[in-house]
Amino acid sequence: EANAVIIPQCSHIPPGRRGCLMETTVSPNKEELVIRPLHSGDIYTSFQFRTLWETDFTRENKVSHYRLFPKSLGQVISKFSVRELHISFTQGYWRTMQWGQPYLPSPPGAELWVWFQDSLTDVDGTWKELTNVLSGIFCASLNFIDSTNTVQPSASFKPLGIGNVTDHQIVCTENLTPWKKLLPCGSKAGLAVLLKSEKLFHSSFHSQAVHIRPVCKDDQCKTTSWELRQTLNVVFDLHNSGQGKNEWSLFKMFSRTLTEACPVASSSKIYIDITDNSQGEQFELSPATPLLSQAVVLGDRRTFSVYDLTQQITFGTICNVLKLPVTYSAHAGDMLRPLLHAERYVAGYGLQTGEIHTLMYNNHPYRSFPVLLLDSVPWYLRLYIHTLTVTSKGKDNKPSYIHYQPSKDRVRPHLLEMLVQLPPNSVTEVTLQFERALLKWTEYTPDPNHGFYVGSSVISSLVPSIVAMDTNNSRERPLFSSFFPSKEESSYFVRVYTEPLLVNLPTPDFSMPYNVICLTCTVVAVGYGSLYNLLTRSFQIEEPSPGLAKRIANIIRKMRGVPPL
Amino acid sequence: MATTEVERRRGQLAALSIAAVVIIVGVPLWWRTTETYRAWLPVSQIKELAKLQLHLSADVEVVFARGTVTPEQQKKVPLTQTQNMEHRVDGDSFNAILTPMRLSNSASVEADLSLHTLSESPSGSLVVYVIPESSSLLPQNVDVYIGQRRTALLRIGSQMRVGKTLEQLLAHMEPRIKQVLHVMSFSHTDITAALSNRVRISPGNKESIADSMRAFKSSPGYEITFSLLNPDPKSHRLHWDIEGAVETYIQPLLTKLSPVANFSIDSQTLYYAMLGVNPRFDSSRSTYTLNADSLAHVINPVEARLGSNAASSNPVLNFLLYIPDAHHSPLYIHDHKKQQVPTNAFHSPRWGGIMVYNVNEFYEVDTVFPVDINIDMAKVMGVFLAQLRLLLGVQSSTPPPGFLVAPCGNAGLADWELDRLMWSRSVENIATATTTITSLAQLLDQIGNIVINDNIAQQVSSAVTSLQLAVSELEAGNLGFALQYSKEAILSSERAFFDPSLLHLLYFPDDQKFAIYIPLFLPMCVPILLSLLKIVSEARQKHREKKPKKD
Repeated sequence: EANAVIIPQCSHIPPGRRGCLMETTVSPNKEELVIRPLHSGDIYTSFQFRTLWETDFTRENKVSHYRLFPKSLGQVISKFSVRELHISFTQGYWRTMQWGQPYLPSPPGAELWVWFQDSLTDVDGTWKELTNVLSGIFCASLNFIDSTNTVQPSASFKPLGIGNVTDHQIVCTENLTPWKKLLPCGSKAGLAVLLKSEKLFHSSFHSQAVHIRPVCKDDQCKTTSWELRQTLNVVFDLHNSGQGKNEWSLFKMFSRTLTEACPVASSSKIYIDITDNSQGEQFELSPATPLLSQAVVLGDRRTFSVYDLTQQITFGTICNVLKLPVTYSAHAGDMLRPLLHAERYVAGYGLQTGEIHTLMYNNHPYRSFPVLLLDSVPWYLRLYIHTLTVTSKGKDNKPSYIHYQPSKDRVRPHLLEMLVQLPPNSVTEVTLQFERALLKWTEYTPDPNHGFYVGSSVISSLVPSIVAMDTNNSRERPLFSSFFPSKEESSYFVRVYTEPLLVNLPTPDFSMPYNVICLTCTVVAVGYGSLYNLLTRSFQIEEPSPGLAKRIANIIRKMRGVPPL
Repeated sequence: MATTEVERRRGQLAALSIAAVVIIVGVPLWWRTTETYRAWLPVSQIKELAKLQLHLSADVEVVFARGTVTPEQQKKVPLTQTQNMEHRVDGDSFNAILTPMRLSNSASVEADLSLHTLSESPSGSLVVYVIPESSSLLPQNVDVYIGQRRTALLRIGSQMRVGKTLEQLLAHMEPRIKQVLHVMSFSHTDITAALSNRVRISPGNKESIADSMRAFKSSPGYEITFSLLNPDPKSHRLHWDIEGAVETYIQPLLTKLSPVANFSIDSQTLYYAMLGVNPRFDSSRSTYTLNADSLAHVINPVEARLGSNAASSNPVLNFLLYIPDAHHSPLYIHDHKKQQVPTNAFHSPRWGGIMVYNVNEFYEVDTVFPVDINIDMAKVMGVFLAQLRLLLGVQSSTPPPGFLVAPCGNAGLADWELDRLMWSRSVENIATATTTITSLAQLLDQIGNIVINDNIAQQVSSAVTSLQLAVSELEAGNLGFALQYSKEAILSSERAFFDPSLLHLLYFPDDQKFAIYIPLFLPMCVPILLSLLKIVSEARQKHREKKPKKD
């Protein structure tokens, strides 16, 4: 079961399980920025803004009052009986092998996952209307989402999921502006001041998301409130943009400086990951901060320097000049390879058949773990489900659970879910053959030769923690804590998205309909013409003309004055 | 020779029969298969509606109190009299509004006044009580008193009592009763304003045009949004009890207005929401001022933050409460005469209202920011309620001299004010729905290629039926039903007009159609035409040959 997650504080918990989401504080609004220098030399910055809304829709009261929660989203929740909503817009592909796991995974393009209340009857109609409203709010073409590219997974996204990935969505400023408008302080104060679209989009990876879910208000979880989490993840390639200098600072990255904390926010913090930099060998924080914080993030124990922006003193003296030069040594240590990693590509040649290969890497040296693979393939790639093979280390690896929903032409896509056990230190390959369908000529996109996108596969798993893997006791830890690995650190939840596929479909010559009309008409006209000719021509019996010898003989006989033959 | 002739006749017959097959079978087949589906529309009824003959009738009951009629006049009652008033508003398709006024004198002299006051009268009707001149019910200089319900008290003047008969008495009272009707039900200007999108308003004074443009257009529902703008959250921590205020002040009015439209209310707080103009500093009074001229520029930057309504497409009424930041406070709005506006609020027609709320009294010498501020909702809601009445079209026109209007009660709206609104809304709805249906019919008539699906035809006919019902109910004076039907008419007419199937890409230009048809039609028709020509020319030649033979 992919959702049995026990880490209480992390953001990557799959939604739905309320029991494990404990709200320790009642603070309505929090904002934080995590900066993590990556081993590739890039800087990963992750913003999170959280707002809580104390309300319940059980009351039959139409009046709704919003204080920090944005009104437009609140209306969406109450009108469409939404239980959870997750929407993300991403540009660029997260390079797991170079950058490690992201705090919040998201597929390239746009993704929308919604859970509706059980009371809702017409899910399809509501889904259609909801996508239209959301595309209005976020200035995105989510209205292209319809039944042909929507799936209802059985296991991967608990509880009742209906979701979609659109890949042709290009994220740009017009999506960021409405996203910023949802923040209580807008982009006027607090961390949001740093969000200058010109810089944010000049980056290797950009992902913005909105997550709405119910969370517990108290320990017994009798009442819930709504949590709105807005996240923005950006990877800056400072080496390229900084003319070869490995220097970074807040101003260099965002070309803005922090001026004041958002007065509405109860907590406003900047975390800088200094785990790989405990002695300051890679970079130096100036000014230094005395505050340190440790947390287990993605199964790994990380140390962060914390800057608290709500503290006037800290804020006034330090944050105005937060400047962080970094000098990397030639090769700053090997990055731990991510334990779970996936790739996908299309094989085959020609325009008739092909094969989808999905490679899942388990880099754990000695533990195997199960993963849940979710594949949603458009109907125009007709999957041959009997060709499905799963192999690990050259041997057949039979999935313990397979859920397959075949597509219906122009109605719904293929849905394939599998639970596969990944052996330790191995590559598991899933192959599936398909045939390309011929579309109707109006169904092609305006640029059909560019190819058609197939959304990312989603791989959800509980991955054994690195902390638990750490057996040589190199870190300072009390002996009594290290004999049995503690339970909540033994595994953590990860969702990995593969690359989207670009598949070429056989594209016709688009003047074809007219050519067909002309050709058919010509054939008809030729047939009809000869028939008409045969029917209307009048036939006459013609005297056969005399032979040449006879004619010559007759001429001679005429000259002689003898009657002709 | 004979066989040749037979052959030729056979050929001609074959050509003729092929031509006949093409004409009898081919052409209808082609016509049928390329035809667009057009469901039947009630065109004649729509054309009739386009003339828009509206009759509004209001029941007016006149009750005479003891001592107002002489015994011989009393004998003649009850008596019913119908008064027609004809108003003409220019316009080509629209002719006239007739207002038959039925004076039904159920004049029970003994009727107890107070008992009658309690009795409910149906919406749209009026009861006028005539009281003696000497009555002390009304103050000295007041002739007419308009109550909270659908009642009015009328003091009978000495000059009115000259007539011997009841008809004469009524004839004398008629101008007064007409005035009462204009105040309590509808007047010429109301109806003209309601018809403004059909009929061009005759260029009157600017003020009346502005008045008629202020209220929102009639709609089946409205969204009311209260926004608290806090441009300076660093200095002010604002608390407003909007739930309680809405419950106390706004909800009663909306409950009363529920026959007219559905309302939904929400509120929000916006931080760092600035006004679009910089207020001017008045050094003499050390206050900041906003001039009336600059108010037009205030709204736009704020509106970007307000956010459109995601959940419905009804018009939104915005009410903004602006707390000026600590550095631009106090802030006062000045009118055109450079006078301070007492409410410190203004409204924008068909958009909403803005109120500036100064919080300077919360500052003390040694105030530590942020200051906690509790907003006095009674003060705020008083202003917003007045603006809401204006924007919803509840007109508080100044009554003629000698009239006294009772202050509105808890609901903030008297029964007759609701009636007045319902009259003008019904007329406006009917006019809008008629315009929509007429223009749709015109469009469909002009573009023959548009497919008319059955559901559109059904919407159109239901709109037409509702319109006819609404018009007849107005004529009968059943105001509630008329409004209900007119709302239905608007809904179905809009649904038909904005149906996406009417916009489908089915309309190919004619030249492209010919380009597709030519490869088929040309090779088929040319031989047929040629052989037909040949047959005709041969027949003519034969005819000519026959003539000389006869000669």
